[in-house]
Amino acid sequence: MNVLVLVKQIPDPNNPYQLANNRLKRDGGQNVLDPGDEFGVEAALQLTEANGGEVTVVSMGPESAMEAIRRALSMGAHKGVLISDDSLQGADALVTARVLAAAIKKTGFDLVIAGVESTDGSTGTVPGAIAELLGVPLASFAKHLEIKDTTLHIQRQTEKGYDDVESPLPAVLTVTAGVNEPRYPTFKGIMQAKSKPVEQLKVGDLGLSADEAKATQTVNEVTPAPARGAGEKFEDDGTGAAKVADFLKEAKVI
Amino acid sequence: MLATMDFRLSSEQEAFRQTVRDFAEKVIGPRAEEMDESGEFPVDIVLQMGELGLFGLPFPEVYGGAGADFTTLCVAIEELARVDSSMAITLEAGVGLGAMPLYLFGTEQQKQRWLVPLARGEKIAGFGLTEPEAGSDSGNTKTTAELGQGEWVINGTKAFITNVGTPISQHVTITARTAPDEISNIIVPVDAPGFTAGRKYKKLGWHASDTRELVFADARVPEENLLGARGEGFKNFLIILDAGRVAIGALAVGLTQGCVDMCVSYAKERKQFGKPIADFQAIAFKLADMSMSADLGRLAVYRAAWLHDQGLPFKREASVAKLYASEAAVTAAREAIQIHGGYGFMDEFAVSRFYRDAKVLEIGEGTSEVQRILISRDLLGG
Repeated sequence: MNVLVLVKQIPDPNNPYQLANNRLKRDGGQNVLDPGDEFGVEAALQLTEANGGEVTVVSMGPESAMEAIRRALSMGAHKGVLISDDSLQGADALVTARVLAAAIKKTGFDLVIAGVESTDGSTGTVPGAIAELLGVPLASFAKHLEIKDTTLHIQRQTEKGYDDVESPLPAVLTVTAGVNEPRYPTFKGIMQAKSKPVEQLKVGDLGLSADEAKATQTVNEVTPAPARGAGEKFEDDGTGAAKVADFLKEAKVI
Repeated sequence: MLATMDFRLSSEQEAFRQTVRDFAEKVIGPRAEEMDESGEFPVDIVLQMGELGLFGLPFPEVYGGAGADFTTLCVAIEELARVDSSMAITLEAGVGLGAMPLYLFGTEQQKQRWLVPLARGEKIAGFGLTEPEAGSDSGNTKTTAELGQGEWVINGTKAFITNVGTPISQHVTITARTAPDEISNIIVPVDAPGFTAGRKYKKLGWHASDTRELVFADARVPEENLLGARGEGFKNFLIILDAGRVAIGALAVGLTQGCVDMCVSYAKERKQFGKPIADFQAIAFKLADMSMSADLGRLAVYRAAWLHDQGLPFKREASVAKLYASEAAVTAAREAIQIHGGYGFMDEFAVSRFYRDAKVLEIGEGTSEVQRILISRDLLGG
């Protein structure tokens, strides 16, 4: 089976982010494969190891996103597709979904795997939009997955537990951070990744019009979240424990 | 154009450094304190290091290796030591002392049988050189091996041997007298009759590394377990030790870098007299010195490793790297405690473990004194 994994290169989340023109600054700093995407790559590797087939990693981003693709290839993915086009700078979630859906259709797929959301943008809307554009089901928030015959079975993470969900293939699947333990790239894997094929595409190669690749949203302002308040202090004059208990009761924690 | 001089590692080596760093921080780091306290050898972690290919780095793929080189091994050792010296020495001894003699001196058959499981990271092995009466005077081997009826019969004791008493230990390669004036190397599997890996030593540092006394009481192994030519055991282990010194240097650099990283973040956070202690020159200058010594040690280690990978002589450079980096590590660990003050003296802070782990670097695989002998002999002849 052909498993496609959507990956994104993001500024290292361990460093403070920087903005330029209300957009995340992506050049100059340390960039990494979105840690959330490693679960998708691992899931795809496990599926193809069990069922045969190939893993293709697909990314839209600047030329430097090739490093994120190489990272996934060094984990064991077979090939890559990078859509890099100056006209896509500032692309919003809808444009991203259109571009990725077009690239996925062009490549061919049985299953598309993505993280539930990117660590930097966090919209969480791209996989659903892609499923819609491709006209296939979306199986989301998988904390466990397997494929029996041609049916995808997942445990869909919910607030209280999980739902058992089945879906025919082809489908789009999003995986949570708990779904597996991503492998580390070995030295051999890193060396082999150098010679694995990566197809490089422009918007024009995807049959999209310039209008379809144009962002419909613009960010006018970015405001930091308000700092957390100071909290409440209880002086312990012998009744401290009771006061804390009352406070927790009021907050419906106990 | 002049020949290039390039201090950078390849992009693949840098990518691999990041992999090992992630692995060390995520898999080893959270367990390091508990391992230090219990002194248990963490089989699961070592097997994971094997899956990562660490134990096969400098060996060709046909022997289960990764087809990298010695420099890349040094990078991996350095990154492990930045987090935990016990796992770094397990790798260093596993590759440099356990597997390397097979690779360098083994027959094709010996390599297939003994090297492949090591390079794949499924088993580990050790090297038995040091004896109670043969430390720096390593030629004073008392252990004997007599050949009779197709078997070597071995008698003697080895001291301070790494990696031989674990559940995944495969064998130990020893030096033994096969005639009064003749030292040879012999492969002794851990299940050989008459062989015992004694109890674990209680040590100042390297708690989770397996270190034992080995006892050979009429231990018997087949004649074919002779490694390398008979009588060349002394010469051969000296070759092993040269590269081992560079690797210990890498371990020392990693430990020093770990001290730098811990101290920088502590000095920025810890406030005294109303400001972070990093704002006091007394602390900032310590950090500068520590960072400088990590850099210089790294340069010396990678120079020696590069020479080795090029097939060029590197004996003197190996001694320089090991001597400088290990003494710098001891100094850095001492200063790291000083920067942490009273907290540094508490075992809850990792610098305390780094301080205890550092000292042995001035002793193992050739003491500082032996390195000075080697370097001065190179200057003075003789």
